[in-house]
Amino acid sequence: MSILVNKDTKVIVQGITGSAGTFHAGQCQDYGTQIVAGVTPGRGGQTWQNPSGKGSAPVYDTVREAKEKTGADCSLIFVPPPFAADAILEAVDAEIALVVVITEGIPVMDMLKVRRVLDSQSATRVVGPNCPGVITPGECKIGIMPGHIHRPGKVGVVSKSGTLTYEAVDQVTAIGLGQSTAIGIGGDPINGTGFIEVLERFQEDEGTEGVILIGEIGGSAEEEAAAWIKENFTKPVAGFIAGVTAPPGKRMGHAGAIISGGKGTAAAKIEALQAAGVKIAPTPSDMGTTIAAMLN
Amino acid sequence: MNIHEYQAKEIFRRYGIPTPKGIPCFSPDEVGPAAEKLIAETGNEVVVVKAQIHAGGRGKAGGVKVVKGAEAAAAAGRELFGKVLVTKQTGPEGKEVKRLYVEQGLDIANELYLALTVDRQRRRVVIMASTEGGVEIEEVAEEHPEKIHKVWVDPAVGLQPFQIRQLAYGLGMNKAQQKGFGKLVGALAKLFVQEDCAIAEINPMVITKSDEVVALDAKINFDSNGSFRHPEWADLEDPNEIPPTEAEAKAAGLSYIQLDGNIGCLVNGAGLAMSTMDTIKHFGGEPANFLDVGGGATQEAVTTAFKIILRSDKVKGIFVNIFGGIMRCDIIAKGVVAATRELGLKVPLVVRLAGTNVDEGKKILAESGLNITPADTMAEGAKLIVELAGKA
Repeated sequence: MSILVNKDTKVIVQGITGSAGTFHAGQCQDYGTQIVAGVTPGRGGQTWQNPSGKGSAPVYDTVREAKEKTGADCSLIFVPPPFAADAILEAVDAEIALVVVITEGIPVMDMLKVRRVLDSQSATRVVGPNCPGVITPGECKIGIMPGHIHRPGKVGVVSKSGTLTYEAVDQVTAIGLGQSTAIGIGGDPINGTGFIEVLERFQEDEGTEGVILIGEIGGSAEEEAAAWIKENFTKPVAGFIAGVTAPPGKRMGHAGAIISGGKGTAAAKIEALQAAGVKIAPTPSDMGTTIAAMLN
Repeated sequence: MNIHEYQAKEIFRRYGIPTPKGIPCFSPDEVGPAAEKLIAETGNEVVVVKAQIHAGGRGKAGGVKVVKGAEAAAAAGRELFGKVLVTKQTGPEGKEVKRLYVEQGLDIANELYLALTVDRQRRRVVIMASTEGGVEIEEVAEEHPEKIHKVWVDPAVGLQPFQIRQLAYGLGMNKAQQKGFGKLVGALAKLFVQEDCAIAEINPMVITKSDEVVALDAKINFDSNGSFRHPEWADLEDPNEIPPTEAEAKAAGLSYIQLDGNIGCLVNGAGLAMSTMDTIKHFGGEPANFLDVGGGATQEAVTTAFKIILRSDKVKGIFVNIFGGIMRCDIIAKGVVAATRELGLKVPLVVRLAGTNVDEGKKILAESGLNITPADTMAEGAKLIVELAGKA
């Protein structure tokens, strides 16, 4: 079992003719994901070739056309920052059910507008931007994560950080639990899907027995998730928050990872999660063992 | 990205936001003539000499001098120029004053506060106004949250007149003041969006004795992600405000922040880089830096990263922590070996590799004949480097 994506998910790739788009569309296809089309304005009618030589896909000028011709229900976006908001809105307009945005560096002002549009409709869910994507091991990989570290299993993973997601996944695989679905929600200040929306689905998913939640400094998404978990979530949650040693006022890599005006500290997030019954791993190397102990 | 007060005020003026007349000075000799010019233009003997550094709390730290006459201004300029200001935001090492702003004095009746930022929870630009101007707004928020009035701007329709009225009534303004305030806040809301700001703050925003509303101070912080549509930002950057190592790292595509500890870190991914620092601290060490080489780091980027880390003689050990996703471990291993050979490493080096092509990577390190301590997990690596650095 899984959430959001599975072996039936039909994916188009916006920005498939760019270097990152071509490479990762190929990696996803090689993993088994149904890459049904690409979209690059001006390149309609061409055929995208998987660099591995193992497949291809038609390229269309618009998302609407790609959806009509292929029945796609998911879009994976690699479009560069100046054009990314437009690409997301095009996918929303075409009512693509799930839009996964990998692009890093989209201005906050653009995401505020995108978010405003998202809040006024219900056909499309956006994951990201600035995230590694979504994977249901053994079924489909929609993103840039290394597929080979994943195994089908029962732990759901939701994270603001890409490489820390890989850490968690690798540990869960080594322990033998495997993952139901792993989702990177991204580290930008304004994003499409938050912790709570992912947790709601993990709660409903019979295949998910426990969750690893990975947060970081900045904003209050972790505190909000903690309050929601306390009231609604019945499965064990292991957590980790990055940035205990981060100095205030400095942006730590991710656009959203900043402690400002004393708000968004790791300590406050850890305290809120612990109060909600989430077990915090003492180091990132203990995320797997922490959830394993809770599941036993 | 931060800019100076005088630069922010130049942008304010482009949008029609009232500011006092002022002249930036880049040497102490310019202050006297600048003051003379302002006094001649305004007919007011009172001028203010303000230190230009990227940190708040300048007034309390003695970085703002209100003086009478050009001669006194020149003296204040000589005193401030080159002075190291220590404020709440500079850290204990302080910041050296290398630019000054000489400004016309105003007859102030009231000091207020106005700021715009992005409210992440509500996903809107929030406008905050308070009658408690000139003081630290965090303290007001803590002790008197009811004194901060807020409205949220819907990006679909923009700031509405009723919202401006809500703020103005909240601030207890009379009719004349409301008019000036409405224009100012409307312009600032427009500026905030068009100039890709992350923070725009006026503290204090003053009401003069003739009921004018004026931005006495100005602080702008830009959203770096917006840089592709603002080529003019490059000219606003003050190289003195950025540590040279951070500038060099940025040029090499690395995300680097200098810290106070003695264990250098080289990591891929922001979350992993942050938690590597945390794990070093967990085992009793102190990280010397935050360094994210990014997802697509090359051998050259790894070498540059090593050079930057080693520039500090405080560094007593280096921990390389890589989770190879798209980035292959063998490429990183080659980069580490090349950098170590080139730089002749004299401090302990612990390398933890995991993920794609990890076995090839480990083999390259083992066969290099270099003194590299391998580790299997992040926790093990952090523990090892803390021990080794302690002995070094």
